[in-house]
Amino acid sequence: MNTESSSIWKKAFNNGLISGAICILVMLVGLVEAFGDAYVISGMVSLGDIILLIPVIILTFTTMSSSSKFPKSTMVGVSAMIGLITGCFITMLILLGQVVDLRVMFVNASPALYNMLMRGVPLPLGALVPPLTCIVAALLTLGLYLIPSRLRSAVIQGMLWVVVLGTLRDQILIIDLFKIQPFSIVLKRVVFATSGLKPIGALLVFAITTGLVYYSSGRKKGPAIIKSPKVIKRNRIILIAILAVIVLSLPYALGIFYSEILNTTGLFIMMGLGLNIVVGFAGLLDLGYVAFYAIGAYSVGVLTSPGLGLFHLTFWQALPIALLVTWLAGIILGLPVLRMRGDYLAIVTLGFGEIVRLLALSDWLKDFLGGTQGIQQIAQPTIGALSLDTLQKLYYLILIGIAIVAFIAWRLKDSHLGRSWMAIREDEDVAQAMGINLVMTKLLAFSTGALFAGLAGTLGAAKLTSVYPHSMTFIVSINVLVLIIIGGMGSIPGVFVGALVLVGLPGLLTEFQEYRYWFYGLALVGMMLFRPEGLWPEARRKLELHEAEEILESPINDTASAVQ
Amino acid sequence: MLKRWRQTVTWTDIVVWAIGIVIGIALVIGTIRTVLAGEYTAEQWINLTISGLKVGGIYSLIALGYTLVYGILRMINFAHSEVFMSGPFTAVFLAKYLDSIGFYNAHPIISLMLITLLSAGVSITIALLLERVAYRRLRYAPRLVPLITAIGASFFLQYTFRGLYGNDIETYPNFDILKGTVKIGSIAVPKTDLLVISAAFVMMLLLYLIVQRTKTGKAMRSVSEDKQVAALMGIDVDRIIVFTFALGGASAGVAGILYSLIYQNVHFYMGFIPGLKAFTAAVLGGIGNVVGAWLGGTLLGLIESLGPNLFLSGLGIPAANQLKDGIAFAILVFILIFRPSGIMGERLSKTKA
Repeated sequence: MNTESSSIWKKAFNNGLISGAICILVMLVGLVEAFGDAYVISGMVSLGDIILLIPVIILTFTTMSSSSKFPKSTMVGVSAMIGLITGCFITMLILLGQVVDLRVMFVNASPALYNMLMRGVPLPLGALVPPLTCIVAALLTLGLYLIPSRLRSAVIQGMLWVVVLGTLRDQILIIDLFKIQPFSIVLKRVVFATSGLKPIGALLVFAITTGLVYYSSGRKKGPAIIKSPKVIKRNRIILIAILAVIVLSLPYALGIFYSEILNTTGLFIMMGLGLNIVVGFAGLLDLGYVAFYAIGAYSVGVLTSPGLGLFHLTFWQALPIALLVTWLAGIILGLPVLRMRGDYLAIVTLGFGEIVRLLALSDWLKDFLGGTQGIQQIAQPTIGALSLDTLQKLYYLILIGIAIVAFIAWRLKDSHLGRSWMAIREDEDVAQAMGINLVMTKLLAFSTGALFAGLAGTLGAAKLTSVYPHSMTFIVSINVLVLIIIGGMGSIPGVFVGALVLVGLPGLLTEFQEYRYWFYGLALVGMMLFRPEGLWPEARRKLELHEAEEILESPINDTASAVQ
Repeated sequence: MLKRWRQTVTWTDIVVWAIGIVIGIALVIGTIRTVLAGEYTAEQWINLTISGLKVGGIYSLIALGYTLVYGILRMINFAHSEVFMSGPFTAVFLAKYLDSIGFYNAHPIISLMLITLLSAGVSITIALLLERVAYRRLRYAPRLVPLITAIGASFFLQYTFRGLYGNDIETYPNFDILKGTVKIGSIAVPKTDLLVISAAFVMMLLLYLIVQRTKTGKAMRSVSEDKQVAALMGIDVDRIIVFTFALGGASAGVAGILYSLIYQNVHFYMGFIPGLKAFTAAVLGGIGNVVGAWLGGTLLGLIESLGPNLFLSGLGIPAANQLKDGIAFAILVFILIFRPSGIMGERLSKTKA
């Protein structure tokens, strides 16, 4: 026992050091200061404070979950130590910053940051503030760890809602629907302050959400009432109808600011669905996916823009031609490339993406593609006399596009072709031995993916009425890739989840823009290390990735949950 | 014979070869027309060659990192471009500090060594952290998983350094002794170029000797042949992998300083394009092969600096230098299509593919 308890202290010490190091990194990268004004609870807690404390919380929790058998006094001591070490790291940075001007090198190590860390308390005493805060955070985490799991998850979700609502204060109040009288008064008087939630509002949100989650998680445990298939079907239809009404009314209920975000998210959903076929279904990592978006957008541009004066088609005349062009481009690029294996394919497609961008940029093709200036005055679609020229009207066009693409993807998934793709993803050689024509099947995946991106490109061009080579960078491909990975590779609902989380959310948070790709990178690495199947995994993929664990654990439960 | 040939060749092969032949003919025509037109003097061609060699040397050093890691782990360390960026982007602050106290030009050799050491140190640290935090758990994961992790790590590192040191371009101060040129025969070679070419060559030679002649190098090669058997032979595989990452990091750090001597500007995004090109170089030379990395890097540097003028301007393409990067990527694509094993990689592709 003695050696075990000394090992837990040692582990806690190490975890404290790790937590401290991560805190220093987070501070120097500038996250704490950047989110310092984004108050969650007005005047008390900012998003920056929360970000600073996340390492302590996570590491305390992991230390605890590997040591449940120790007496409570040890656990309190251990968590306090993790908090203390982390806090000391922060204080050390503050003290160092008093002696040397770290800003010569680290741009974010400013007095404003130090002041924030000490919560406004002047120095000799202020140095004690970070350790105390960290210890409190660690002890609270311990408390959270010790309460029953049902209550714990309710409390965690309640706190998450507080953070989300507090952070999105401005974005919620901008919604057109909430500008109507009764809502706006309640929201402004009770819930929200000028920045973040009012303390009482936070308490209210926390109490309501925690209560709801606690209540609903308890109810599930009772014996399930068996419903007749008819009732299930009826419920489903009602649910779909409600969802449809919500989705259809979104742009006018939420206003222009949201329409822009929704449209961008929609384009990414379309691209995500396409790339999901290539990467998720067929397992071909395409890092130059933006090329097809570019080809679609440029085709519409070249065909309709009077600025270039090559063709004068309308949007609807140009659309099929543009789609044909991207589809052909998919085949032409795919043919030579698809004979390669996994990671080589990734790099070659990346090369292709860059070549397309460089060609669009070059003076050589300037007369056709507009060079660095891109193409302007691209025609917007019209239906009869109605021109789809506002973001709110275009939303419906994009929605139709998504519906078509999602339907095709959904039907393809369980078709003969879809199964061939998955067979190739699992094992190329075996798939070939089973009589699947590798090149043909891969080519179909590649060109279908290209087609979807092309559609997104045409709609994107119509939305902006212009295309620029500078917007066709590698980062767009990565963006699409990240969203399907986060959502769950091969999973169609996953694409929607991923796009909403990774494109919609950053669009809302302006402070977030600066660190968007930092979080993307972190999310990719974290996801691959801890949850490779994604947020909304596809059943089969989850099975594959957790095969070993599932055989070891109770197999019946797990297959049941995987099949859901 | 012909019948047999018709059976093995599919129509995709024919399309691929047709594309290859068209491009080949275009290149030959372009070259002939450029040479006949006599647009450039011999001296200009020599200057282009020198600039190709110096860039090539840097590519070789970065390519080594890709090659060594690929040889051992069979993964493309996509974040290697950030290993390359981290070194010089950190060392620039030391260089500026030394310049501000006047040490920089008073003791240029010591200064250069100090900043190189710092750069290599930071790059090694980043490479080791990458290995420990991100890659070690994924050693036996499906192939795409480590690659995606590496892409994520690359972005994470890029934006971490952007957060740490800011969004601005930092500039290395000039070394006075590197100003001016050296006459070799009748050609005036800038001193910086001479230093970069020779330093890259020496570094490459050193790394080659480490891999080929030392005991650790031998262990590295055996781990890249077969990890399990190497472990059975008493080789600490983990230690060798760590050493490999450190070696790759060191060469990237040195390459970063050489790069900064030429271009002087460093910023958080500087790694992406050189990284991609160095990967191209590694593939061109035959991935997993030290000599291949050197050959591929040098060749790529030469093609890139001579290519636009030699091939493209003859075809009447205006501003051909804009397409310099395009040429490098096109080479990557075509090498992977027509000869995925690279120049030196024949034996390797047979035994390990």
